[in-house]
Amino acid sequence: MRVVVDFDLCESNAVCMNIAPEIFEVRDDDFLYILDETPAESMRDRLEEAVRRCPKQAIAVAED
Amino acid sequence: MPAPRSITIVGASLAGLNAAEALRSAGYDGAITMIGAEPDLPYDRPPLSKHYLSGQWDRDRLDLLKPDRKDELNIEWRLGVRATALDLATRSVTLDDGTSVPGDGVVIATGGSARSLAGTASLGGLHTLRTIADARDLRKDLDAVPSRVVVVGAGFIGAEVAATARERGLEVTMVEMAAVPLGHAIGDRFGQVCADMHRDHGVDLRTGVGVEKIEGEERVTSVRLTDGSTVEADVVVVGIGCAPATDWLVDSGLTIDNGVVCDETCLAAPGVVAAGDVARWPNGLFGEMMRVEHWDNAIEQGGVAARRLLAADGEAPAYQPVPWFWSDQYDRKIQMAGRIGPDDEMVVVDGSTEDRRFTAIARRDDQVVGVLAFNRPRLVMKYKQLIAQHTSWADALAAADS
Repeated sequence: MRVVVDFDLCESNAVCMNIAPEIFEVRDDDFLYILDETPAESMRDRLEEAVRRCPKQAIAVAED
Repeated sequence: MPAPRSITIVGASLAGLNAAEALRSAGYDGAITMIGAEPDLPYDRPPLSKHYLSGQWDRDRLDLLKPDRKDELNIEWRLGVRATALDLATRSVTLDDGTSVPGDGVVIATGGSARSLAGTASLGGLHTLRTIADARDLRKDLDAVPSRVVVVGAGFIGAEVAATARERGLEVTMVEMAAVPLGHAIGDRFGQVCADMHRDHGVDLRTGVGVEKIEGEERVTSVRLTDGSTVEADVVVVGIGCAPATDWLVDSGLTIDNGVVCDETCLAAPGVVAAGDVARWPNGLFGEMMRVEHWDNAIEQGGVAARRLLAADGEAPAYQPVPWFWSDQYDRKIQMAGRIGPDDEMVVVDGSTEDRRFTAIARRDDQVVGVLAFNRPRLVMKYKQLIAQHTSWADALAAADS
């Protein structure tokens, strides 16, 4: 699975970082960085929670 | 109680939808009936006062449910009908079309309704903002380029409407009863930061004054204030909060007290749970009864409440979140987590209020209990975790630099 972020929608609310800090980081410049674009399967539940709780619905999971 | 085979979700918005998602994710394959008073499938409300109202986003951007997911969830939708009663013995929900829906379990997620000004007749140009229908009407009135918009109440919804209207180039007067906007929520010092922000963006902000009368025959023409002044306006938006939608439950036997009163697991009665704006429950993390009107809580509590229906008594976890929300106004993102009381000591640990880019934390006894920030999301999330961990005040102060 691959993490896809629509950076036009992302407003750096940092909710995703709170749920999955191994994957997402909002840095001091207030921009979101993806730390791990192809996380292990064991991260799926938390990644899906990050998708669900993104206030801008800017995160998606691609299966490829 | 045996495992439920049919569950009725009353309320087809964010909490209700997430309840359904949680049931399916947990492997529940019984029947789900979702009842919605509005004719719409679940949609996202935060943009109603921002991107939708500004005209940047169209209606279809607000849909919460993609068509393929809608099929997968396999829900029986009853939209455009209102629940009028709940029978606790049979867990049967009566609807205003005369039918009723029996079930093994019930999720109460009816949200709230916008409060209106007492004694005000219905007039053209007079609005509240809660639903997509409200937003559509208001957007149409703003599209017609009114000469002035009066916003009554400088809480978060009112402030967002004022900001959006200013960004559309409209003249805006915002009227607030309190001496400082949001003083009760974030304290006067930071409420003043909000007040200054709106004035710098050209809002005519009147504080410490109430509305005497909304004037007009068929349409609004002006607003008379309690200080004797009159503001001419062709659009008035009342943003004075929301009341939990519990009218339909008054005879149910449930305890209704500023919401549906639940236990720490969101259970209101055997087989009946509540979630979202309508639910009030004891949050053990803060040691107080809470009712939270935030987007993020609707998602989380919707899931927690639904899983409670599937759990055996004594095996369900207590729901103990750190409430969190955001508000976008102009180019500022305001975020708050935890509980901030007007009298809590607050310290700016990062940035400055002059720049309107800062993080402030709130103290109660010897612990950090809240965080408020303008354009500093990273630290808000860090403090949200520290609040959940009952972090001492000294450690919380030190954490800003680490």
